[in-house]
Amino acid sequence: MKFKSRILSAEEIRRALTRIAHEVVEKNKGTDRLCFVGIHTRGITLAQRLRELVRQFEGVEVPMGILDITLYRDDLSEIAVQPKVRETRIPFDIGGRSVVLVDDVLFTGRTARAALDALIDLGRPSRIYLAVLVDRGHRELPIRADFVGKNLPTAKSEVVKVKVREVDGEEAVELWELE
Amino acid sequence: MKGELLIKNVRLLDSRGEHGKADVLIGEGKILSLEGGDAASVLDAGGLMLTPGLCDPHAHLREPGQEVKEELATGLLAALRGGYTDVVCMPNTTPPVDTPEAVMALIEKARGLGYARLYPSAALTQGQEGKLLTEARLLKEAGAIMLTDDGRTNEDAGVLALGLAYAASWGLVVSVHAEDAGLRRGGVMNEGPLSYRLGLPGNPAAAEAARIARDLEIVRYVMPGAKAQKPSILLHVQHLSTRRGLELIRQARAEGLPVGAEVTPHHLTLTDEALESLDPIYKVAPPLRTQADIEALIAGLLEGSIDCIGTDHAPHTQAEKEQDLLRAPFGIANIEVAWPLLYTELVLKRGFPLPTLLERFTDGARRVLGLPLIRLETGAEASLMLFDPASERAVNPAEFASKARFSPWAGWKLQGWPVMTLVEGRVAWTHERLGVGA
Amino acid sequence: MGTGVMETHTHSAEQPKHLLDFQGWNRAHIESLFETAKMMQEVLSRPVKKVPALTGFTVATVFFEPSTRTRLSFELAARRMSADVLSFSGATSSMSKGESYKDTLLTLDAMGIDAYVIRVDAAGVPHQAARWLGKPIINAGDGWRAHPTQALLDAFSLLERLGSLEGRKIAIVGDILHSRVARSNAELLPMLGAEVWLCGPATLLPGELPRVRLTTDLREALHDADAVMALRLQKERMDRGLLPSEPEYIAGYQITHERLGWAKPEAPLLHPGPMNRDLELEGTLAESPRSLVERQVANGQAVRMAVLYHLLVGRKG
Repeated sequence: MKFKSRILSAEEIRRALTRIAHEVVEKNKGTDRLCFVGIHTRGITLAQRLRELVRQFEGVEVPMGILDITLYRDDLSEIAVQPKVRETRIPFDIGGRSVVLVDDVLFTGRTARAALDALIDLGRPSRIYLAVLVDRGHRELPIRADFVGKNLPTAKSEVVKVKVREVDGEEAVELWELE
Repeated sequence: MKGELLIKNVRLLDSRGEHGKADVLIGEGKILSLEGGDAASVLDAGGLMLTPGLCDPHAHLREPGQEVKEELATGLLAALRGGYTDVVCMPNTTPPVDTPEAVMALIEKARGLGYARLYPSAALTQGQEGKLLTEARLLKEAGAIMLTDDGRTNEDAGVLALGLAYAASWGLVVSVHAEDAGLRRGGVMNEGPLSYRLGLPGNPAAAEAARIARDLEIVRYVMPGAKAQKPSILLHVQHLSTRRGLELIRQARAEGLPVGAEVTPHHLTLTDEALESLDPIYKVAPPLRTQADIEALIAGLLEGSIDCIGTDHAPHTQAEKEQDLLRAPFGIANIEVAWPLLYTELVLKRGFPLPTLLERFTDGARRVLGLPLIRLETGAEASLMLFDPASERAVNPAEFASKARFSPWAGWKLQGWPVMTLVEGRVAWTHERLGVGA
Repeated sequence: MGTGVMETHTHSAEQPKHLLDFQGWNRAHIESLFETAKMMQEVLSRPVKKVPALTGFTVATVFFEPSTRTRLSFELAARRMSADVLSFSGATSSMSKGESYKDTLLTLDAMGIDAYVIRVDAAGVPHQAARWLGKPIINAGDGWRAHPTQALLDAFSLLERLGSLEGRKIAIVGDILHSRVARSNAELLPMLGAEVWLCGPATLLPGELPRVRLTTDLREALHDADAVMALRLQKERMDRGLLPSEPEYIAGYQITHERLGWAKPEAPLLHPGPMNRDLELEGTLAESPRSLVERQVANGQAVRMAVLYHLLVGRKG
């Protein structure tokens, strides 16, 4: 893979997340019944950050869970490599809550679809929002994000890499080209 | 001198050793000359080896009643393809061969086929039930060459003692499947570390040794009274599989007891490790043992404590052998590969002397049975095998004449394949490539 | 999920294709399977105990030997993963008309089966099936030979209670010779670091087994044990003359409150079920706090879901 350009710097990521956190609270009309659910791997980090931002300016600890969508993938009968099933831990009842699903990149929409199915198996939220750092287009399903850090038109041959300190040791969104 | 067939350019081999190149003239069922002569047909054997025909003291040809597994027509053709001119069939058929009529019917049918010569053995006890003796004298007159309850074990020592004494008085050898039924219980493989680990019922070496020890004691008991046409071998122990069993035989022979023994091709080439595959193709009675047993058996074969190779050719249908290990029947079909298998594994790979191996396939068996020996000399009976010591070919069960077209040696690359078998001067079978019609 | 293909955290070690026994399985395989089983426990704790992972897969449970519990456990595991389940029972079908295992399996295979769960009274049939069919085979017990999912759920339950099996002494008591559970545990537990002692009457002990200790002395086996497993005693052993009587067995080998005192104070008690109360163990022990019996059954679900996932998913191409 070949590096093409940097899309967002650490500072730009921070600003984007801050904006999303405000939009979430605004749209939800406060933090009542609000919760975040991060999708493995970087969605979890981003959800943690959003939760911290909400705590900073609202003074409220919003509950947070983590979600692995592996068992909900629609391609398990077709793939040649076995994905590892990771932890799902949502230590509160999502019934009646506004759930903000958090992922790093929205692309085909298949991960979001799987996450929606998983969430609905776990309870009956009153509302599910989708928050992503980057929406790169090329949807294969009728899914859209409610909160987007950056809309980024891409070619299918390109790869969007979200790097976060907690996982990758650095902080950036980059565009790469498949060779 | 005018013969029927001249086989030119052969190397002569019999149990005494190699006798160099010869042009063998055959006629009137005999070897007329080793130095050529005129013949109706001539074959250039291109240096292949000519030997006496092989003799198998132990084959299951399944007639009557089990033709789905094998019949005389397939079993005796398989024998020819394996270089055998003489075959003893076992009487554990349906019903068991325990009457003179049944013996005669087999002989007549085999004669009509014109394949290997058949010498039926007959049951030692009526119905092989281990209780009442069969008519040894009448069976012998009908053509039975041996009495045995093989397929079962002789659990009643008293009955075996009576049977041995009575058979001996009519010059018949008794052969035994020497396994103690109580010790072997439901064993389907050698009892040992592997059977424990695999969780399969084990058949201990002690089952064979204990039974041989008992039977030798019976021979000692019966011997002084054995009268009249006492055969050179009174008791023949079939398919020896253990080192301990061999030691008992060796000791008995040192004492001068008239006891014979055979070993099968599978007990000389396969071990219980084969059962790691959990494939019932390796299920055989007695079971495949250990490498230490193989080493002992080869030593016993070399020194002569073991008289001969008995194939225990035991064909079954593929469906029967594809049952599970508890239910699949015991037995391996091997008469077509016995000679090339042991020629390759013993002579070529281990330096076992070729004339000795041939002796165990020919004279050794004939002595146990009381049949005349065949020597490659003028005037000898022309029941012969021609084999190719050099060309290598993989075992391909699909080509077997036997109905059991599967083999634990499938794919093994062997040398020494027979290419022609003559019975009483007649070419009974030739390999297609040799191009001499029967 | 930026690459456009779903992000794949895959298993590092090449996994065995079948679960016939533990030949070919190593500690890394087992640990990765147990990781998945923990995730399955979470699924089983949900209000909707079902995930769509195996949608489109068909699992056949082929029981040539009847066993209600094991069959139910596998079938429920498969259904909770959304697999279709085809249930074949040798007792109620053409097997009694003499159809061979091979014909039966090939007939099922023609119906489009993706994996087979096989239970049979004779050792080796799952191995044979693996040769005949190009599909993953899960051995649900074959004769005396192996019952790997039972051993997996035993080990998983032990790990849950003990944390680690490294250096732990596990005593398995009963009819070792005829026990596929004992054999599979004897393969698996040492792989996880445990020291396994197999104990039973002399007539019901194999001559030797690799990597485990065999003894007829119950006190020696239980002494300082970290866990004790009692095996089911098949009553037909008495008929075959391998045991003089039930009282004789009880006198020598029954696990009692008192004898459990020879083990470590908190040592858990396991039993693969079904249980002969008051024969292989004192009846009230099954409900004591030391008993893991119910955990074993519950964990059986999670472990079997994990096994299905590991053998079925990611095997295309």
